[in-house]
Amino acid sequence: MIEPRAGEQPAGQARTTTAQAKVSVRDLNFFYGATQALFNISLQIAERRVMAFIGPSGCGKSTFLRTLNRMNDTIPGTRATGEVLLDGEDTYAPGLNVVNLRRRVGMVFQKSNPFPKSIFDNVAYGLRINRLTTNKTELQDRVQQALEDAAIWPEVKDRLKTSALGLSGGQQQRLCIARALAVRPEVLLMDEPASALDPIATQKIEELIVELKRQYTIVIVTHNMQQAARVSDVTAFFWLGKLVEVNATEKMFTNPNEKLTEDYITGRFG
Amino acid sequence: MPTMHARRYATNAVMTTLTAACAFLAVAVLVSILGYIAYRGIGAISLQFLIETPKPVGEGGGIGNAILGTLILLGMACVVGMPFGIATGIYLAEYGAGRFASLVRFLTDTLTGIPSILVGVFVYTIIVVPMKQFSALAGGFALAMIMIPIVARTTEEMIRLVPASLREGALALGAPQWRVTTGVVLPAAASGIVTGAMLAVARVSGETAPLLFTAFGSRFFNVYLDQPMASLTVQIYNYAISPYDEWHAQAWAATLILMTLILVINITVRFFTRRKI
Repeated sequence: MIEPRAGEQPAGQARTTTAQAKVSVRDLNFFYGATQALFNISLQIAERRVMAFIGPSGCGKSTFLRTLNRMNDTIPGTRATGEVLLDGEDTYAPGLNVVNLRRRVGMVFQKSNPFPKSIFDNVAYGLRINRLTTNKTELQDRVQQALEDAAIWPEVKDRLKTSALGLSGGQQQRLCIARALAVRPEVLLMDEPASALDPIATQKIEELIVELKRQYTIVIVTHNMQQAARVSDVTAFFWLGKLVEVNATEKMFTNPNEKLTEDYITGRFG
Repeated sequence: MPTMHARRYATNAVMTTLTAACAFLAVAVLVSILGYIAYRGIGAISLQFLIETPKPVGEGGGIGNAILGTLILLGMACVVGMPFGIATGIYLAEYGAGRFASLVRFLTDTLTGIPSILVGVFVYTIIVVPMKQFSALAGGFALAMIMIPIVARTTEEMIRLVPASLREGALALGAPQWRVTTGVVLPAAASGIVTGAMLAVARVSGETAPLLFTAFGSRFFNVYLDQPMASLTVQIYNYAISPYDEWHAQAWAATLILMTLILVINITVRFFTRRKI
């Protein structure tokens, strides 16, 4: 277990040097067939921080998120150029083990997608396929730990053997977060994790994100700018496949460098 | 506007009545067929009828060997047909994107539409003629050939219905493709695949033509796969074209038994494969 870093830096460290960057992206271009979706993206994502991606629909923020664990590979006809470095290692290098990469970079999706299995089996799935536990007690402990980390344990501890599909929408999403946490990824990607949830469930997820920051590097795509302001340390604004501005969240929402960012944030378009 | 509302209500009422009437008609036809078979068949059924072999006219006799034969032939067809059919379906749904897959899809569709008697003649040529005798093996193989395309296509359709988000969820946890297919996709599609498999079993259990040239039929109890074997459908056919009233009655009774058999197989399989979670 990674211990929270002593003496947490205050939120708003805009400039992150390469040395402390968990993920480092250089000149990334991405294509769906002949259509270019991302243009020369360069970005550093600091360890144990929350970075939010904002921007209008179709601006490429989800596509960019999915290049970080190469989920776009599952879509035929896609192509990426440039570099995505995880701890300095190129994740697009030929011969790299994608399965291993995805274990290190977990993902939570916009629409909760629990497997049609029991609550326990959902969380245990990643542990089992990756053979991360050696015996039953250890498996149970890790499942419980993940459910506790996802702040859903009290609600499900008496019904672990029942179907995950019987949970409410908000619970299902937290279960999916628990499922992602169980394999202890280094980076957690969240693609609009609260967009389908009511305000109370959304609040729970947001509190959870702030809590998880102590152990994980988190990247979150959101349409909700208040949400980005509430949970993130650094915000990146995407527009038409280009990265317009990356800045400390506080600065981004009070005094952005770019006119375009200001126009978007103040609701002049998008 | 009230007139517009009135029109909508009227249209709604008419359409609801129409669809209900169609559903009723479809069920009515089915129920009357089942009812008539039960009515004609129930009289000739007795314990002897279920366990004895056929006897000459006037001496009673039964269809025990045909029941056993049908079960063995269906069993063989499943053993050969299900793995091939389901594997083909998985391939088409999960891996099949290229030209080869399109070809396989086209051929399975064509195969589904082939008259079953052609399958019988084909198997006669490739198995019965070289072996120089009719055999249960040939019969089971013919039924399997009819089964494979049906199972393959329903399996493919059912797997395609599994939401892509489930696959992505598993892939994002670091699952290799084959673990996604076996651990997440297949369980999610299982009940649909079972339905497809049951439809295939029901379909081939009613086949007579492919068995005429292959399993041929027999008047004795037989469990040897290289020998001719009796089956309910061939027995029904033989009795139905005979001039004797007693055999006609036995044909009705055998039909009732065949129907019951399919029903029992269906319920049993559903019971054992029902979703536990």
